[in-house]
Amino acid sequence: MSVDLALIIAIGVLVACGTTLVLERSLTRILVGFVLLGNGVNLFFIVASGPPGAAPIVGASDERMADPLPQAMALTAIVITLGVTAFGLALAYRTWQLEGHDDVQDDVEDALVIRRAERDDMSASFDEVDESLPEEEGADLPSVDDEVTRENDEDHASPDDEDPRR
Amino acid sequence: MNHLASQLVLVPVILPLLGAGLCLAFGRSARAQRIISIVTLSIVVVAAGALLWRADHFGPQAVNVGGWPADLGISLVADRLSALLLVVSTVVTLSVLLYSFGQGIVEFGRDTPLSVFHPTFLVLSAGVSAAFLSADLFNLFVGFEILLAASYVLITLGGTEARVRAGTIYVIVSLISSVLFLISIAAVYAATGTVNLAALPERIAALPEPLQLVLQLMLLLTFSIKAAVFPLSAWLPDSYPTAPAPVTAVFAGLLTKVGIYAIIRVQTTVFPDQPLRTLLLCAAILTMVVGILGAVAQSDIKRLLSFTLVSHIGYMLFGIALASEAGYAGAIFYVVHHITVQTALFLVAGLIEYRTGTTQLDRLGGLARAAPVLAVLFFVPAMNLAGIPPFSGFLGKLALIQAGTESGDWLAYTGVGAGLAVSLLTLYAVAKAWNRAFWQPRDEHVDDDVPSTGALHPGQNTVTEDKVLRLPRGMALPTLALVTFSVALTVAAGPLVGVSQRAADELLERTPYIDAVLGDVP
Repeated sequence: MSVDLALIIAIGVLVACGTTLVLERSLTRILVGFVLLGNGVNLFFIVASGPPGAAPIVGASDERMADPLPQAMALTAIVITLGVTAFGLALAYRTWQLEGHDDVQDDVEDALVIRRAERDDMSASFDEVDESLPEEEGADLPSVDDEVTRENDEDHASPDDEDPRR
Repeated sequence: MNHLASQLVLVPVILPLLGAGLCLAFGRSARAQRIISIVTLSIVVVAAGALLWRADHFGPQAVNVGGWPADLGISLVADRLSALLLVVSTVVTLSVLLYSFGQGIVEFGRDTPLSVFHPTFLVLSAGVSAAFLSADLFNLFVGFEILLAASYVLITLGGTEARVRAGTIYVIVSLISSVLFLISIAAVYAATGTVNLAALPERIAALPEPLQLVLQLMLLLTFSIKAAVFPLSAWLPDSYPTAPAPVTAVFAGLLTKVGIYAIIRVQTTVFPDQPLRTLLLCAAILTMVVGILGAVAQSDIKRLLSFTLVSHIGYMLFGIALASEAGYAGAIFYVVHHITVQTALFLVAGLIEYRTGTTQLDRLGGLARAAPVLAVLFFVPAMNLAGIPPFSGFLGKLALIQAGTESGDWLAYTGVGAGLAVSLLTLYAVAKAWNRAFWQPRDEHVDDDVPSTGALHPGQNTVTEDKVLRLPRGMALPTLALVTFSVALTVAAGPLVGVSQRAADELLERTPYIDAVLGDVP
């Protein structure tokens, strides 16, 4: 089977960009990444259909016809991508409405583990740097408050050390 | 030959879609929507039952939609495996639908139109049926997409903050798995020139072995995400618990099982010579163990159940990995048992949430006295899940363990050991939940710092002590029906094991399926 090198390169670029974007935190970027991935895959279907040929209409031409099946599949995939992207954008908008950003949130379980680690600096998941990261603009001032809170936490270390779920 | 009776295969796919359209058209009348969806799903249940009977007696039922030959057009096939899963899934869907009526009436009053829920629910049902019945990879993909698109809507129903947060993760994971599935399909087509499940085995066998392995691994990866096989399971316990109870119930029962079905189909029909035994056995054992350890650590009933769901996927995968007739039969029986029990448990969790406003174990207590019926409704499927005799969970686990010891190597024995340990841990997890929610008196000094995970109205404390509050009948009766159905699986275990075994036979024999799909080229 002969393969078009330009198509392969285009697929590579699209999928690489798509993968990078999908790894972002913002839902909108993830969706753009998904669209790029989807287009890369659709091109892959064109590659899978083999060498180019005449339009696949019986009797329209004497030349060798192109394989119509992957084209039908790519079309279906395009429609599905369109619908899902529309839903994803609505979801991003709703997140923005509710929270003022469209970042994908942490897993609940991860958040719980981090929360416990914050109370216990002996924990393996304890990350001092993470705690002092500025979250909002203005929060990057010297973190006096943080230190005070942490001292308070240490004062009350014994009750806090208990399992919060009990 | 497109026999007239085999046209029944079309019903479970087309009818719910038509019903969904009608529901949308009658979006203003909640009553009309209810009637349409209940009639539609009832007919589908009957059709699925008839299909199972026909598939069991006359071999796989196949239809080439539109009269195109099988490797070009869309063909739908119901063999014993598909038909059996179809019957169970439609019964479960119907009872969840009835439950949602009860809940809808209770929560929103009788006449408020829930114009999105019913059509989407029917579309979900159509998608599940399409995935079970389709005879080629691309239609399987379309079936998955139909059910996923519907599930996106259902999981974010109402658009509250918690649901949007959980829904986002679910949607992204599903999108990635869809892209992977598409890549696999394109690769399979590029390598073989067909995506038909019946035409593939012959052409796959002609490929060089490394290429076969790559294709198989790609497909297994895709389906493992859908089925929530460890290490691809992290999305599930995080996204399921926040959705409304009926939605979580039907997701937990059906969506992961569609993934399991796809794994069974691909492993038996397309790649029969490479069971990838070691890989799948390791994945199965890890899924069982990691899932149940997660469940033991949970303090919210819905999250706990989600983790047990992941864990018990491991049992089915264990049966598949053994790749023997007994293994497949056990896995099929276990799928049937697990769909019913897991759905019933989530429905009961919904009842608990309705009754008390929370599913947090810290805030629950003393329910055995306040709601004795609820206590029994939770207890029976919970013991069933843990595999206490004489429930079907015990029979399913027994079948799998027998299959494991039959094959007799150390990895299979490790799997058997893991299965037994996980079954004990499941018992521990559900017994803990039952004790804390129903048996113990409620803890008055609840730490308000408890993170609000999962529950619909965290922080809201509506437990009314010492007052027996009636459960809404519309919600309790369907739950009762489903629990009864799960108990009936024990009574009907003989015929059911028979069907599972014949289904496994048919899968390993392969020719009936292939002949049914390819044989009727006009």
